[in-house]
Amino acid sequence: MLNVEIGKLHFKNPLILASGILDEAGETMLRIAKSGAGGIVTKSIGKEPREGYENPVVYELPCGLLNAMGLPNPGIENYEDEIKIAKKGGVPIIGSIFGSNPEEFSYLAKKMEDYGADAVELNLSCPHAKGYGMEVGTDLELVEEIVDSVKREIKIPVWAKLTPNTSNIVEIAKAVENADALVLINTLKAMAIDIDAKRPVLKNVFGGLSGKAIKPIGIRAVYEVYREVGKPIIGVGGIENGRDAIEYIMAGASAVEIGTAIYTRGIGIFKEIAKEMEGWMRKNGYSKISQMVGIAQVR
Amino acid sequence: MMYRVVKIEKIKEETPTIKTFFFKDDSKPKPGQFYMIWLPGVDEFPMSISHIGNKKAFTVKRIGKGTTAMHKLKEGDKLWIRGPYGRGFKIENGYALIIGGGSGMATLGPLIERVEGDIIIAARTKDELLFLDRFKDRNVYIATDDGSAGFKGFATDLAKDMMEKRDYSIIYTCGPEIMMRKIIDMAIERGIKVQASLERLMKCGIGICDSCSINGYRVCVDGPVFSEKELVKMEDLGKYKRDSSGRRVPI
Repeated sequence: MLNVEIGKLHFKNPLILASGILDEAGETMLRIAKSGAGGIVTKSIGKEPREGYENPVVYELPCGLLNAMGLPNPGIENYEDEIKIAKKGGVPIIGSIFGSNPEEFSYLAKKMEDYGADAVELNLSCPHAKGYGMEVGTDLELVEEIVDSVKREIKIPVWAKLTPNTSNIVEIAKAVENADALVLINTLKAMAIDIDAKRPVLKNVFGGLSGKAIKPIGIRAVYEVYREVGKPIIGVGGIENGRDAIEYIMAGASAVEIGTAIYTRGIGIFKEIAKEMEGWMRKNGYSKISQMVGIAQVR
Repeated sequence: MMYRVVKIEKIKEETPTIKTFFFKDDSKPKPGQFYMIWLPGVDEFPMSISHIGNKKAFTVKRIGKGTTAMHKLKEGDKLWIRGPYGRGFKIENGYALIIGGGSGMATLGPLIERVEGDIIIAARTKDELLFLDRFKDRNVYIATDDGSAGFKGFATDLAKDMMEKRDYSIIYTCGPEIMMRKIIDMAIERGIKVQASLERLMKCGIGICDSCSINGYRVCVDGPVFSEKELVKMEDLGKYKRDSSGRRVPI
């Protein structure tokens, strides 16, 4: 009932682990796969090992989570084993990569393909890393070049993860139309100040807001892009239950990614949400996810 | 949860490198749980609770930037904390063997107050033995690497002798990972239940960032206390760790 196709990739359910959450070590990803995730996106991997920012890197807010991890990762050359272990879970593994130019992205993408990744997700959207992510992902010419260059380099599907920290996400989506799928959205640039300490909480000052608070923004982004771009969309941002997932699908997403809600509901969340979706679909007469994609669009 | 501010009411020098910071807080931690301590502008780091109840405390060894800064604090200064986090010890029936290496005793303190058993307090040298006076009325056995007090040698050798002399129902341990690995192996070999409190490089403290994971287990949420069923599956324990970038490197 829940199986979906994103391009040539098959997923047993549309609930994919979002990049950055419990997806650095192969064995953790394997555990998530065994816990019912339909697919897994790895932590964003760059060319060199990177320690990330100093603590505090995460802060719990009543409306979600604020983080500035700073793209910590073991570096692509040390990542082969992690992918190989994760692959034992039997679900598609999507290698997330970040770079600052088309050459870096292409190099990383090729490595991911060689390691056995089923697709790559281009991180064009991290809001708190200088020279990477959103800084790259809001330059229309550059993102187009990156996507084209990666597409030429590899055979596996290329997903582009876009930032909501822009006045016009549709413009960016159109620039990366060559990608096989679009992933919307990454976190929103945000910060928190502790008034007793009289200073920002995150060591990096700025971070990305995820969780409940950003769901309406994600829904809007998916809705807007679905109307204008003819590529599959993977919705991300604040999905905590089956109804949230279906809301993204009705906005136009073919699948969704889940991250922050693991913090509120635990690793069992994938199975639970799958059950919640099935229950709702049965009650409302749907037998396939594809019957619901984009049906809330007002034409 | 967000930070709350607590005032340091008393500081006790335990050893040349370890101090205990007493404070009041309404949270209700279990033995073996931990908090994240933020020193604004300096660092944030995990710390297990060493005294629970109305008067709480962190017993902190000076190791890195954060703990060094903490050692400079005075009575009346403030700490920003969030927690308690993680899964603490599960108290089992029967007579226990409790083995604390170095500052690992800090984590075991509240547990020791709630169980019956023999206690091994181990350290490199006599001056670094932690909580000797706190547990002076208990069955304490001492081991020092340099022989300056008690048994000369590793806690693991003393523990082995003691396990041969008496049947313990459960072993609890906290200390250097290589020590714990040996204790766990000895316990499993003898069919004795064992719980160990692990320490790994921790960033978020809430189970999402994957920094502290060991063989698929998150130390911050699934632990920090694990029992034999899980420990037996941790092939990396005592052998490999992950650095700040997530690289798997030998210990």
